[in-house]
Amino acid sequence: MEATSLTYLNNGHGAASWLLTRDHKRIALLYLISITAFFVIGGFFAMMVRLELLTPAGDLMSSETYNKMFTMHGVVMVFFFLIPSIPATLGNFLIPIMIGTKDLAFPRINLLSWYIYILGGAFTLVSALSGGVDTGWTFYTPYSTAAANSHVMTAALGVFITGFSSILTGLNFIVTIHRMRAPGMTWFRLPLFVWAHYATSLIMILGTPVIAITVLMVAAERALHLGIFDPALGGDPVLFQHLFWFYSHPAVYIMILPAMGVISELVTAMTRKRIFGYEFIAASSLLIAVFGFLVWGHHMFVSGQSTYAGFIFSALSFLVAIPSAIKVFNWMATLYKGSVSWDAPMLYTLGFIGLFTIGGLTGLFCASLGLDLHITDTYFIVAHFHYIMVGGSIMAYMGGLHFWWPKITGKLYPEWWARVSAALVFVGFNLTFFPQFIVGYLGMPRRYHAYPPEFQVWNVLSSAGASILGVGYLIPMFYFAWSMRYGKDAPANPWKAKGLEWEIESPPITENFLTQPIVTEEAYAYAAKEHGPDHGKPVTA
Amino acid sequence: MSAHATPGLQHHFRDHAQQKSAVGLGMWVFIAQEVMFFGGLFLTYAVYRSQYADVFALASHHLNTQLGAANTVVLILSSLTMALAVHAAALGKKQQTVLFLVLTLVLGGVFLGVKVVEYMEKFEHHLVPGPHFSGHALGLEGDRAGQAQIYFSLYFAMTGLHALHMIIGVPIILWIAWRAHAGEFRADYNSPVELVGLYWHFVDIIWIFLFPLLYLIS
Amino acid sequence: MPNLPLFPEQASVQAGQVDAIYFFMVAVCGFFGLLIASLIVIFAVKFRRRHPDEVGAAIHGSLALELMWTIIPFFIAMGMFAWGAKVFFDLYRVPAGAMEIFVVGKQWMWKVQHASGQREINELHVPIGRPVKLIMGSEDVLHSYYIPAFRVKADVIPGRYNTMWFQATKPGRYHLFCAEYCGTKHSGMIGSVIAMDPADYQVWLDGGKAEDSPVAAGEKLFQAQGCASCHTAGPTQRGPSLANIFGHEVKLQGGGTALVDDAYLRESIVQPQAKIVDGFLPIMPTFQGMVTEEQLLQLIAYIKSLKGPAGPAGSPSPAPQQK
Repeated sequence: MEATSLTYLNNGHGAASWLLTRDHKRIALLYLISITAFFVIGGFFAMMVRLELLTPAGDLMSSETYNKMFTMHGVVMVFFFLIPSIPATLGNFLIPIMIGTKDLAFPRINLLSWYIYILGGAFTLVSALSGGVDTGWTFYTPYSTAAANSHVMTAALGVFITGFSSILTGLNFIVTIHRMRAPGMTWFRLPLFVWAHYATSLIMILGTPVIAITVLMVAAERALHLGIFDPALGGDPVLFQHLFWFYSHPAVYIMILPAMGVISELVTAMTRKRIFGYEFIAASSLLIAVFGFLVWGHHMFVSGQSTYAGFIFSALSFLVAIPSAIKVFNWMATLYKGSVSWDAPMLYTLGFIGLFTIGGLTGLFCASLGLDLHITDTYFIVAHFHYIMVGGSIMAYMGGLHFWWPKITGKLYPEWWARVSAALVFVGFNLTFFPQFIVGYLGMPRRYHAYPPEFQVWNVLSSAGASILGVGYLIPMFYFAWSMRYGKDAPANPWKAKGLEWEIESPPITENFLTQPIVTEEAYAYAAKEHGPDHGKPVTA
Repeated sequence: MSAHATPGLQHHFRDHAQQKSAVGLGMWVFIAQEVMFFGGLFLTYAVYRSQYADVFALASHHLNTQLGAANTVVLILSSLTMALAVHAAALGKKQQTVLFLVLTLVLGGVFLGVKVVEYMEKFEHHLVPGPHFSGHALGLEGDRAGQAQIYFSLYFAMTGLHALHMIIGVPIILWIAWRAHAGEFRADYNSPVELVGLYWHFVDIIWIFLFPLLYLIS
Repeated sequence: MPNLPLFPEQASVQAGQVDAIYFFMVAVCGFFGLLIASLIVIFAVKFRRRHPDEVGAAIHGSLALELMWTIIPFFIAMGMFAWGAKVFFDLYRVPAGAMEIFVVGKQWMWKVQHASGQREINELHVPIGRPVKLIMGSEDVLHSYYIPAFRVKADVIPGRYNTMWFQATKPGRYHLFCAEYCGTKHSGMIGSVIAMDPADYQVWLDGGKAEDSPVAAGEKLFQAQGCASCHTAGPTQRGPSLANIFGHEVKLQGGGTALVDDAYLRESIVQPQAKIVDGFLPIMPTFQGMVTEEQLLQLIAYIKSLKGPAGPAGSPSPAPQQK
């Protein structure tokens, strides 16, 4: 069935129409392609790490090389995949549509943010290709400023530049959500996806500048042998940690809040049931953003910071877990008496809820002062954050990609392949990272090239899981690409879901809407139907 | 949607009111972000000033307070001319707008010129952080010279970042002045001038904090 | 399957405390995790979509539920915080009479000095049943001293001291790891902590190479570096007397006081102008770069050992001579 009007995909052909576009949907696709490329690069580095760790001895590559592998895995995955992923792809594509407008507030700034991202990525790739950087993605001083013999400057500058991409995205989202909502779209009728991105954007604009200036100071110190962080010259290495983590802790909320926004959308659409506790989920996003700025010291319990600071950061870290718990409970309550689909987006959603719960609960272990003295800087921490970022964020991203793929491309992906991949990802992920909790508590430190032989069993399990996980990620790349050409055409609303994006064509026209939509109902206003003797009988949605 | 008859209206906005409120909020959000950007430097400054109070005071005395004070006056004046430009634009007075924008530029240029003079003096006294730094000019050596280098690193970082913001502001003001001269702004469409004004006032306020913190440590 | 432990040996007093928190949290979090996982599966099966057009029930929310699942987790979380904080507090408060051992980390080895003069590289012999306090510094970059079997870890920071303590309970050889990434051979910066019965420990101490104790080595440095000329009572005295100074407060120039501890002594040697004792001229040169971290620890050990006629700490004898 051909669209009767031009869609955004065929409205203009040729490289220039894409590379100079102002259409938020095209920019979202530009981002999609580039972050996928960085995901593959980051995944390659991960593969190198897990291959080396199959054996206790450091026998696959030299220590220098290994140290660069884990560093660049972290730098690429954090700054060039996770932080932009959902906001710059799904956020860019959906936010204007979800609020009923034609584009973001500043389309040209949106395009600029992509170019800045590419420029920052280029710097980082140059660092990688000219020999790599080996400081860890955390760039701790004075190693990074005075002792490292690798391409720290280019990597640091790459991170600095890319930070502005994040800032501009956040700025665009905040202004758009404040000023461009359709008539009738009050704040409490906004989809939770939008609330989540609003909270994320607050963090992006307030946190990212701090790491920008910090990383710039590191570059300056390295180039000019200053003394800001080097104790030999009067500097304080722990000051770097404070400045670094002041951003990098909120940054993890940049990585999870959009994912939670996706899950809120999926859980309601794939059960065709109004989300339980809408206001509480919206408020929890804002609480996470605010509290997230107050807990950075929990990365520094053993750094020599004062014990009183430790107490405060630990207490606040326990508190910041509570809004996340509230979300999980509300999602579970949404499942209750919903019409639960078993399509791939739902499988990813269910996987997310389980894995994020484990990740979040293990965060409580890390927040406990007495316990953290033992587990910090071990694989326990590595497992904890991968449960959230991979078991959480990436699962949500995959779920969202599947859910909105028909809208974005006008094509349906093959459902059975998608379910298989989701299962592979779930199994592979748990096999990769659960053993790391155990080997971490046993005492295996992180960033270790070689390790004592008694840790090998767990490492082998982990590497085996990683290969399954990798396959689980590769398959969708193939069938998504395949679907663009050979997939069935998608109707406007294949999921029979609520939301402005489902009331327009798949794919949308460039202006999104033919006429300005006027919003008159709450979000997720699925037809009221109590469960009773008629449950299960067909109802027109 | 048909092409808009109202000039200066971006097609994705419903009307000028929406556009104006959007760009205004955008500039405030941008300024909030800039505050955090400078904030990292201010925090670092606070930490080291409390730790190395006497070296910081010594180094601060070495700065030319008269030039700094003069520059402060110049920058405040430039904020005044900028405010007058915004006011003139709101009243649709083209020539006044251009005049005040140009005056702002001139005063900004004076500020930057004085900064060049100050930086050159630092260079001559080997107070630029890096391989050629020496605490000699302050009578310091060893670890105290290192502390003085921290002070000057912060001095150059903070005033340099500030000057960079002014340097970026110059072509932007030029561009707005050009557009004003071409008659683009009217009483109901002058937000570009307002936004540039906001930015310039922010740059001014940063300096008002920098001056006492760097030049007036007792 | 051969012995596959899930947690390290408990070889210190601290280990039991830390593991207690761990097991409690595994139980509580395991319970809630399993509960949620089970509910996910149950809900997904029980409420699975049976017809393509089916829609879910119309349930909006429940304030009572929201309050319940906010308040109960809040109290659980605060309970967990309090327990962890208490253990942490005990882990940080060094008991009186703890045996002090100096540790210096450098890329990529651990150097240890016992008070008796014994030195070790990448190993640490300690007696069981006695609190041991480690005073640690780094020669270059950040490191971290980690003994999994004792459940203790502390970063080792260049430019300052960090301390930690433990009390071993079981003789044995335990892993020692550097736990803060420090460059190429970070994973090679490992060794062993050997806990011994007190009798065996004494034998080990006595059997070691007769090296200078830190105090003796420090005394030699004190003379060789010229400290003695300014800091000993007499006609050339220009700086505060150091006898009995450790552990007391001194009045500082410009007001305020400082406690003379390891950190103060270290700072006064490498940054002598930072906290000058009231009544003295700021003429002490810095020794930064002229003494290693180990030598600093030895000097400090020596100064700590100085007893002399009891007088106000840091007091000058007759006013410093001109010229």
